[in-house]
Amino acid sequence: MQPTVDLKRQTTAVGTRKQWKVRGTWQLHTMLLPALVIVFIFQYIPMFGLVMAFQDYEPWLGFLHSPWVGLEHFKTMFEYEDARQVIWNTLVISTLKIIFNLAVPLAFALLLNEIYVMKFKRTVQTIVYLPHFLSWVILGGILIDMLSPEGGIVNRILTAVFGIEPIFFLGDNEWFRTVVVVTDVWKECGFNTIVFLAALTSINPSLYEAAIVDGANRWQQTIYITLPSMLPIVIVVGTLSLGNILNAGFDQILNLYNPLVYKTGDIIDTYVYRVGLLNGDFSYATAVGLFKSIISFILVVTGYRLAYKYANYKIF
Amino acid sequence: MYHHYQKSLSYKIFTMFNYTFLTVAALLCILPLIHILAVSFSGSAAATANLVGLWPIDFTLDAYEKTIGNENFLRSLWNSFLRVVLGTVISMAVMLCAAYPLSKSDKAFRGRKMYMWFFVFTMLFHGGLVPTYMVVTKLGLTDTIWALILPSAVSSFNLILLVNFFRTSVPKSLEEAALMDGANHFTIFWKIYLPISVPAIATISLFTMVFHWNSWFDGMIYMSDVKHYPLSTFLQTIIVQQDFTKMSVDAETLQNLSERTVKAAQIFIAALPMLIVYPFVQKFFVKGIVLGAEKE
Repeated sequence: MQPTVDLKRQTTAVGTRKQWKVRGTWQLHTMLLPALVIVFIFQYIPMFGLVMAFQDYEPWLGFLHSPWVGLEHFKTMFEYEDARQVIWNTLVISTLKIIFNLAVPLAFALLLNEIYVMKFKRTVQTIVYLPHFLSWVILGGILIDMLSPEGGIVNRILTAVFGIEPIFFLGDNEWFRTVVVVTDVWKECGFNTIVFLAALTSINPSLYEAAIVDGANRWQQTIYITLPSMLPIVIVVGTLSLGNILNAGFDQILNLYNPLVYKTGDIIDTYVYRVGLLNGDFSYATAVGLFKSIISFILVVTGYRLAYKYANYKIF
Repeated sequence: MYHHYQKSLSYKIFTMFNYTFLTVAALLCILPLIHILAVSFSGSAAATANLVGLWPIDFTLDAYEKTIGNENFLRSLWNSFLRVVLGTVISMAVMLCAAYPLSKSDKAFRGRKMYMWFFVFTMLFHGGLVPTYMVVTKLGLTDTIWALILPSAVSSFNLILLVNFFRTSVPKSLEEAALMDGANHFTIFWKIYLPISVPAIATISLFTMVFHWNSWFDGMIYMSDVKHYPLSTFLQTIIVQQDFTKMSVDAETLQNLSERTVKAAQIFIAALPMLIVYPFVQKFFVKGIVLGAEKE
């Protein structure tokens, strides 16, 4: 039966479409299949692999025959001085990052918003956006060279201008966390600014016009209009970053740290990597990773809930 | 755009401070790269003596010649190139095909919600490093390019962006008309959805390319042999870890590789594609943010 757009026979046309929908479903499933298979293999099967955390996994015995040890590895984790230190480092570094990665881009967006020379504004934005696209390998290479106590350019400037003795930024426990937080904020600032700038442009201009009529100066406009209007997006960014509280930046730290600063700079992810893949302590490392995954899961879900509740944010 | 508050003295002073501050901030983001570039064009002796600032001293292309002359470097550059092309094509093909059915209404595609959660859940919970590593090794993907491409081929976040884009920017009337004419889903996807979505496809492809170019950790754990290293992994090994044990090189090459100017040249070559690509990404990105924030 040929479908037709003749109005008199519309019922037929609609009827045909209904049948067609049912028939077409297999095509939709076929299109989904590759993505389903890939995600199943590389995301879901490793989740089943998490049973290793409750076993003394031996590669030659496999999951089925390795002896079960219950919560042994989790107990070990909380007794280990190392593991406790690592969890603490992770929390300190990521909390600092969350605060500064919210405050600095917000301030930056507000300042950029006061620039009325478009060319200048765009140029600054483009340049500040750049470090986001460079990997931590490249930045690690650059920073190791620049922060070196033996003639790195930063120490040369500090010595020439302030007469300070060279500082071993990446090998000194006093300095390491500061360097990690500052360089991360420096790298991501431009990228995070984009979200806030987009929000700033969507504020209703008539609000400002009304304030100007009431004789508000620019500072008062910022306090009474701009900041309250920005609150929803700040809440969304803030709550969504809650889920990252146990991610202190694996890529960054692995490229910047060294045994000298394990005390302040070793985080859960780098610890899992060293213990699991380098020392081959699979079960213990999986237990530490699982602990992290569960906490992160709870935080991410909470974050999304809060973002939805207070700012009506939905991802899909 | 001129506002009357811009006349006040305090605002003028603020503006001067603001321009200065933003200029300094922008310089802080670009000077490190200029410094590295200057080192890479400088003579080896000047660089070792810490004389180089923002302008090359004893200008020479020596470091670049040594870099280009290094087989290991060239091979890893080729590996990276292959990875970016294959990885992006496969990733985009798989994600676009999946985004089409997921963008249908719940009525037209039963089970859409369930499938959606199947993908979203992976954003919330991970198996973690060790189990993932084991799956990839057990599948026998080590030392093949597939270990670098398949595990990350489907990014749930990008998939959701594509789904949202399809839902908001493909006119339903076009699709209805095509259905009337008896087109099947493959035809509609190919003839209507893809052409309309070119900007979104371009944006997410660029992001995927950047991701593949910059990834180094998977190369380090899944490749046992330096000849399979992508460029990022290669640089991580010799510049960040300064580990030359994995290379079978003669003393002279080793000497070259550990020179400050050669390191700088390699860093700059690795950063160059990003410098070229990122202004394009930026143009699309604002659209992407808006696209991600679209409500149903």
